[in-house]
Amino acid sequence: MSAAAKGAVGPSWARLRRLGRRSPSATFGGVVVGLIVLVALLALAWTPYGPLVVSTSKELLPPSPSHLLGTDEYGRDVLSRLMSSADLTLISSAGAVLIAGLVGIPAGLLAASRGGRLGELIMRAADLVYSFPALLAAITLVAAFGASTATATIAIGIASIPAFARVTRGAALTVLESEYVLAARAYGRSPLAILRRHVLPNVLPFVIVQSSLLLSITVLAVAALSYLGLGTPPPTATWGGMLQSAQSYLYQDPLLAVWPGVAIAVSVLGFNALGDGLRDLLDPTLRSGE
Amino acid sequence: MPRFLWRRLLTTILTLLAASLLVFVVLNFLPGSPAQVILGTQATRAAVRELTVKLGLNQPLWMQYLHWIGGLLTLHLGRSYISGQPIAPEIGSALSVTAPLVLLGLLVGVAVAMPTGVVSALRHRRASGTILAAATQLGIAIPNFVLGILLIIVAAVYLRLLPASGFTPWTTSVVGALQSLALPAISLGLVEGAILSRYVRTAVLGVLSADYLRTARAEGMRRHQALLRHGMRNAALPVITVLGLELSGLVIGAVVIEAVFTLPGAGSLLLSSVANRDLIVVQDLVMLVAAVVIVTNLLVDIMYRVVDPRIGLGS
Repeated sequence: MSAAAKGAVGPSWARLRRLGRRSPSATFGGVVVGLIVLVALLALAWTPYGPLVVSTSKELLPPSPSHLLGTDEYGRDVLSRLMSSADLTLISSAGAVLIAGLVGIPAGLLAASRGGRLGELIMRAADLVYSFPALLAAITLVAAFGASTATATIAIGIASIPAFARVTRGAALTVLESEYVLAARAYGRSPLAILRRHVLPNVLPFVIVQSSLLLSITVLAVAALSYLGLGTPPPTATWGGMLQSAQSYLYQDPLLAVWPGVAIAVSVLGFNALGDGLRDLLDPTLRSGE
Repeated sequence: MPRFLWRRLLTTILTLLAASLLVFVVLNFLPGSPAQVILGTQATRAAVRELTVKLGLNQPLWMQYLHWIGGLLTLHLGRSYISGQPIAPEIGSALSVTAPLVLLGLLVGVAVAMPTGVVSALRHRRASGTILAAATQLGIAIPNFVLGILLIIVAAVYLRLLPASGFTPWTTSVVGALQSLALPAISLGLVEGAILSRYVRTAVLGVLSADYLRTARAEGMRRHQALLRHGMRNAALPVITVLGLELSGLVIGAVVIEAVFTLPGAGSLLLSSVANRDLIVVQDLVMLVAAVVIVTNLLVDIMYRVVDPRIGLGS
């Protein structure tokens, strides 16, 4: 292949192309997620206008070359606000998934490897947390501790723990029953070493898929919370908050509500497609329709 | 009653108790007293103490917990800390909006999911099936509150067909009430329908390649006959599980949708109680939603066994 001859860059491109042919869904999701991350990184350094800069003479302007997506009811540039809330959305969503993973993965591993009473107890606790969907958990914690980015992130994170715990436990159980683990045990490896050398690497792909799928849920939950006024308080730009304030101007300027809506939907679509595609690549038996 | 049912019922009750304890602990181990919150920072100490005693907040926490649980079980929910109104009728009237909304949403969801799921499975090799599957993928990505606002823009702002927000009470006009629930139920149901549709598709695809279906075809049955006679019951299993999950999704979704359309339902009551720090109402409503989720899980488990005799209800 000519791609291989090009040296270090070539093979990885070829591999990417192969991957793209095998899972269009993962490729599409990867590209969308990549673009969102790029926009978020760009917004850290540069936005066309300050996202909080109010201009009393330029309220509710339609899209134009100087304001590509127009301005909101305070004359703030909509594109700048959309860009700067990409950061917050990604940080908050990723933070929630991180919390869920840090607690859920060890809990799942422990439940799988120890079994017995402790395993049963862990999974029952996961069931209990599972009866509080992310939004309900967040509303409860906000009632107790007040609305803030941190409260929203932690609440969504806690509510997502069971998802990680279940996936990890399921995957770990399969590995623990395999013959090479039996062999490792017979060989005299300690349980901790077995966990590190055999279980963790095999569980990791499932965890990555779960993370991507969870990110689509947490992005949605973060947006819903800020829409309800229970997330990051204004004037900080959030997609949900922008949607909420645009709703008062639907008759004058319906486009104002469309932009943040599209941003939320595209992010959810991206993470969902990436997770779905990775799952298909990981487990061909799950692929439907072949 | 078979042993499975007893065991499942017992774990459900234990889960409900544990959930109530969790809700109570989170909402009661707070800095500052509710009485102080109600009266504001300028209140005298004596006034705060008086209100604390009046609300029973000077009792030990476990007494307060038992009092709360007892009230829930006997439907004596007491009065709101903030408005002083009795809580039970307030929640009752909110449920007269939320319950129909959730049921209509479920109806819309199933009505969308069944045909699209089955058709996209039967035609999975053709363009029409692929397009349907892609459309459901898109439907999943659009959050219900975004869809709600888009529907308001189209139906209320441009077409002026339906009210954009607000609620006509059932007692005033049943048609008016249904009209004000139409857009919210569609926004709620379409998204859940898209999720459900994918599961229906996967389930039907799984059944299509099953041996018993090939046998039925070999015996001379047409494809739709074989599917109806042998396939549907088998395809129903995973769908029922998801339907249960959907129901809790619908209940949570209703909280947001009620805010979008300013419907006076349980979700709006919950949000306004959070905003007013009316913690006793928050506690009751959060417990109510959690209980719906937990009991739905129980019902799904039972249904699962009723549909599939292989799993069985017995020991």
